[in-house]
Amino acid sequence: MNQPNTTPATLFDKLWASHEIVARDGESLLWVDRHYVHEGSFHGFNQLDRRGAKVAEPALTFGVADHYVPTHRSAGGPIANPEIARMVDTFNKNVANHGIRSFGLNDRRQGIVHVVGPELGLTLPGLLIVCGDSHTSTHGALGAYAFGIGASEVAHVLMTQTLWQKKPKRMRITVDGRLADGFGAKDIALSIIAAIGANGASGHAIEFTGAAIRAQSMEARLTLCNMAIEAGGRCGMVAPDATTFAYIEGREFAPKGEAFERAVRDWSQLATDPGAQFDHEVRIDASRLAPVVTWGISPEDALPIDGRVPDPAGETNADRANYIRGALDYMGLTAGEKLTDIAIDRVFIGSCTNARIEDLRAAAAVLAGRVSKVPGMVSPGSSSVKRQAEDEGLDRIFREAGLEWVDSGCSMCVGINGDIVPSGERCASTTNRNFRGRQGAGARTHIMSPAMVAAAAVAGHLADVRPLTVGRKV
Amino acid sequence: MEKFTRLTAIACPLAVENIDTDQILPARFLKLKRDGAHAKALFHDLRFDASDNEQPQFPLNQSPWRQAKIIVSGANFGGGSSREAAVYALFDYGIRCLIAPSFGDIFSQNAAKNGLLTAVTGESDNEALIAALNRDTSQTVSVDLEAQTIVCGKLSIHFDIDAARRTRLLNGWDDIDLTRSFHAEIEAFKAAHVRQQPWVIPGHGQSD
Ligand code: SF4
Repeated sequence: MNQPNTTPATLFDKLWASHEIVARDGESLLWVDRHYVHEGSFHGFNQLDRRGAKVAEPALTFGVADHYVPTHRSAGGPIANPEIARMVDTFNKNVANHGIRSFGLNDRRQGIVHVVGPELGLTLPGLLIVCGDSHTSTHGALGAYAFGIGASEVAHVLMTQTLWQKKPKRMRITVDGRLADGFGAKDIALSIIAAIGANGASGHAIEFTGAAIRAQSMEARLTLCNMAIEAGGRCGMVAPDATTFAYIEGREFAPKGEAFERAVRDWSQLATDPGAQFDHEVRIDASRLAPVVTWGISPEDALPIDGRVPDPAGETNADRANYIRGALDYMGLTAGEKLTDIAIDRVFIGSCTNARIEDLRAAAAVLAGRVSKVPGMVSPGSSSVKRQAEDEGLDRIFREAGLEWVDSGCSMCVGINGDIVPSGERCASTTNRNFRGRQGAGARTHIMSPAMVAAAAVAGHLADVRPLTVGRKV
Repeated sequence: MEKFTRLTAIACPLAVENIDTDQILPARFLKLKRDGAHAKALFHDLRFDASDNEQPQFPLNQSPWRQAKIIVSGANFGGGSSREAAVYALFDYGIRCLIAPSFGDIFSQNAAKNGLLTAVTGESDNEALIAALNRDTSQTVSVDLEAQTIVCGKLSIHFDIDAARRTRLLNGWDDIDLTRSFHAEIEAFKAAHVRQQPWVIPGHGQSD
């Protein structure tokens, strides 16, 4: 990245070039700076063990227990469900056998891998980061090239610290204008996905840019890049700037002292050159957005909260009409009904999308002094977010509103630790996927921002958060 | 890895878009070991009801599609979660080829590593193929990876696939051996990378 460039390059081109070892047959062998593993990485470790191979770079590999961890563990004691205990056990054995540093169940630094990486200063600008999890795109918020991989690729990275990749195309999403108070990055993300489709960025590396992005906090950028995969993107990224550097400084694994100064000089070069070419350009005006919720079974099924459930009868495309019919049937909704008339059974605030401290503050700002009409659970994105929230008294607000305050993990985002939405129940959720059965078989999920989930809790149905924030600091 | 060159088999149409990997393999089956019951878990909550009875309207539960080795689906098949077990479920059921206008990126990468072909067709070709399969359910489909063609009765269509994925499938190659042949290049790259950007090492510059 220090060489003078003759042709203007995008941020992504620079990240690609600085990790390319060799190219052949339309693919390149790329160097991996960070590899995050979790309990779900066991297939990769098994492939490695079958070959009797060793981890090539254990010092660049970090483990976090998140997907299967129980969220009611503060009381201590063994994990009750033997199958889940086995998953966490296998993870502990794998990282121990291969000399990988890990943040396990009882580590103060434990949390969801995509929250923990940035929080510990392991995720840095300019790095190539992979993890056997699609939401690895999250880490791109710091100006890294970060993407999810499958188990065979996990095994390949463990064995070689490299990966074969075809270079994605480049897409720039420019978000202009100013986002009004009470809106979150989630509203931007869902609006983008609704506009371009759940595979709108398929095969592309997305760079988010524009005034509304530059004005965002690091945490908001993490939410946005987290959702890049829901638009089908290979990865999402934001060029690092003063906000990024301030976020990184002082974190546990971040470069220190002079090394930090030196790094910031290098990182400052990580921007798209004027005149650089993108394969696709998308523009969104943030000042025209409304708070958004999903009604269907794909994140692209998102609409402003003042809208109505779509009517398949109004669709000219037969496949599309079929899709809507199937979605409404699964979701138990009636065509044409107002979104704000949809009653909910529970709420969930959590996940790598929206469970950082700012997310919890946004939800708490709406819930303070109010009571939730439905049961619900709040699971902070990491154990350290949990401690911080407790220091700020947010846990009390959630508890007093009638919600459960639990430990950190993937929890009800994917339901594999046992926290599920019962079949047929409807959940307003801060997570990233409203797929059929995502939160448990038969579960109906509406995704939205933390403030909007809080509003739904107070109202007992999907609701516009704006009237609830009048006169409050949000 | 199993090679893929040519295949003639029953093809099952699943004419919907956005069949994500949570549908292909619901999350509660992620704990299965590789030698586990992945075939039974395939499309589990679409194939079976809550009491584990077959849902007769689901195409894979109908004859002759039950025997399918090929699935033809709508756009964005395999989007969502990176779970490679979705590929294991398809493969263990007997599926060797998927045909769709587009696939989730991670999914098709996972497929290629496991000998499963993801053939990308044009939208209208895909519709024509699905229509043909619905007209005559018993006809077979022939897929030729070398020629990149799909033939079904009188219908002959072209499909796309990345060059490297095609080579890998045709030869049944495993990446590890290929990568290891670049050992010297990898070592040289690593040394230069760390020299030029020392901050790539976790905790660089810390005194202890
Ligand atoms: S919180 Fe949800 S989306 Fe994030 S890593 Fe966990 S399961 Fe995946």
